[in-house]
Amino acid sequence: MARSNSLLYLDGVSVSFDGFKALNELSLTIAPGEMRAIIGPNGAGKTTMMDVITGKTRPDTGEVYFNGTVDLTGEDEVSIAELGVGRKFQKPTVFESHTVWDNLELALKAPRGPFNTLFHVITGGERKRIDDLLDLIRLGEKRGELAANLSHGQKQWLEIGMLLAQDPKLLLVDEPAAGMTDAETAETAELLKDIANDHSVVVVEHDMVFVRSLSVKVTVLHEGSVLAEGSLDHVSADERVVEVYLGR
Amino acid sequence: MMSSFLFRAMDARAGIFLGIMAAVIILIPAGNLLVPPGSPFHVPTYAVTLMGKYLTYALLALAVDLVWGYCGILSLGHAAFFALGGYAMGMYLMRQIGTRGVYGDPILPDFMVFLNWNELPWYWYGFDMFWFAALMVLLVPGALAFVFGWFAFRSRVTGVYLSIITQALTYALLLAFFRNDMGFGGNNGLTDFKDILGFDIQSDRTRAGLFAASGIALVLSFLLCRAITRSKLGKVLVAVRDAESRTRFLGYRVEHYKLFVWTLSAMMAGVAGALYVPQVGIINPGEFEPANSIEVVIWVAVGGRGTLVGAMFGAVLVNFGKTWFTAALPDVWLFALGALFVIVTLCLPKGIVGTIGSGWNALRQRKASADYEAGSDEPPASPPQSAGSQSRSSQDTSAKTAEPQPAE
Repeated sequence: MARSNSLLYLDGVSVSFDGFKALNELSLTIAPGEMRAIIGPNGAGKTTMMDVITGKTRPDTGEVYFNGTVDLTGEDEVSIAELGVGRKFQKPTVFESHTVWDNLELALKAPRGPFNTLFHVITGGERKRIDDLLDLIRLGEKRGELAANLSHGQKQWLEIGMLLAQDPKLLLVDEPAAGMTDAETAETAELLKDIANDHSVVVVEHDMVFVRSLSVKVTVLHEGSVLAEGSLDHVSADERVVEVYLGR
Repeated sequence: MMSSFLFRAMDARAGIFLGIMAAVIILIPAGNLLVPPGSPFHVPTYAVTLMGKYLTYALLALAVDLVWGYCGILSLGHAAFFALGGYAMGMYLMRQIGTRGVYGDPILPDFMVFLNWNELPWYWYGFDMFWFAALMVLLVPGALAFVFGWFAFRSRVTGVYLSIITQALTYALLLAFFRNDMGFGGNNGLTDFKDILGFDIQSDRTRAGLFAASGIALVLSFLLCRAITRSKLGKVLVAVRDAESRTRFLGYRVEHYKLFVWTLSAMMAGVAGALYVPQVGIINPGEFEPANSIEVVIWVAVGGRGTLVGAMFGAVLVNFGKTWFTAALPDVWLFALGALFVIVTLCLPKGIVGTIGSGWNALRQRKASADYEAGSDEPPASPPQSAGSQSRSSQDTSAKTAEPQPAE
């Protein structure tokens, strides 16, 4: 796919840490509205790829474009978030000394300057949006609870809710099912499929059952570059993939 | 917009504090000026001044609590802003002496005549006017904090490294102000003040007035801090304190938020210094001593960081202890201070007010649960979680307390 009609476009991206090549000539394109699953063994470069897209790590070489025109390598985390890239971390990171409600209020799309927030008065529309999100992530009962008191799975959901509150164009979701029960994992897959109806989503996951339930195009990373791409059945049939990952 | 911002500062807890402060501001000067000496209710002038000094310390502690308790910036250099505000006020008071100095020079302060200076340095211009000095009390600490914060926060200096450079900042200023060439009186500093705004600085009425001014400044600053910490900006600050990089990924420019509270806090410290100097009658480079800044952090930790009221309470409590110990058992004071800090850190990590506050909440919650079990319709606010019911992960962190994290 050409750069001009892509949402996210990575071409020849390399990152090395002290000689170790975390990403090696990685090229990847996400179309607007697409949902993509990214799998790969530990150390394949999945999280580093997220870091490059969100501005946490600068690539040594290669191009990263958002919306076909915006060069992400020249932007920092804040401007990339403002452009509409939201990220959920591998380890759920919510604001533990805030309530569930406050976590969502902080994430809600609104002007982000200090003086905007200093004089901010919550509107009815914002309340409704937070209520809707609370229903969606099934934490309505816990709205007044400190995020620190949530279970691991609930924190994962809260973070997905915060991601949605930002209303990004592209969601990067790192291991959403980690530490969840089987039932929760299935629910999370449903939730992500819902979200994918009106957002572009990139999901990084280890859990093959989870990836299968998403039934989307899969990219297999290995040693910092793309090993195979296609439907899960297609990549599972690939001998190299079986060798490095599925066969173990 | 503005009214809702200020309205946010008020609730029952703030009301209790305001009530106490109103009583203090009225009763102590009244006890000094209206009650005749000899009456058991008479407040001696030295006590008014001493308590006025405590109030300025409380204001300094409030400033430190705003940046440390809410934004996680552990400043070990806030005494620098306090002293700069004090120097700005001291310069005004020096210019008020006029011909009443030892050398009788109408323009030059005594120490400049002594150094054989012929004219006033340019940076002393304007300090004969109170409004200018008052402006400088805010602007000089504010500008220094802004420039310092601009570079430090942009370069993402955090945690212990930031604490160390704040300490270096106050030490550098200490050395600079010790030099006679700086034009701030060198080692001796500025002293021998005569009057302020035309009132004799030694008189009982001026002392009572300064006490009341300190109390009012403290109340206004408290309301400002409370309005800020209860706004959405305050929530962002706590988010920065607990998970700085997460806040960045949400799209908040963390450095702007830090710069805002940091500068504001420095200005509050400057006001505290400006009220301190006329009450103690001297300002010298000793106020920049790094140990002073560390002591402020101890006050806040003892009272409870991130509580505002606790910081002020801690400042008054520790300084009261200091006054008592240095009179009764002068050798023991530093050991007592050290022991207090160790005990509070080990046994009351939330400080005195923080511990009382969370104890109160726990009690209320237990009562709510008990009512629920007794058959009330209202479900308790937070049903106890059965461990592991929600998660098969061993890295469940639900038991972790949501307390201010140590500065890395």
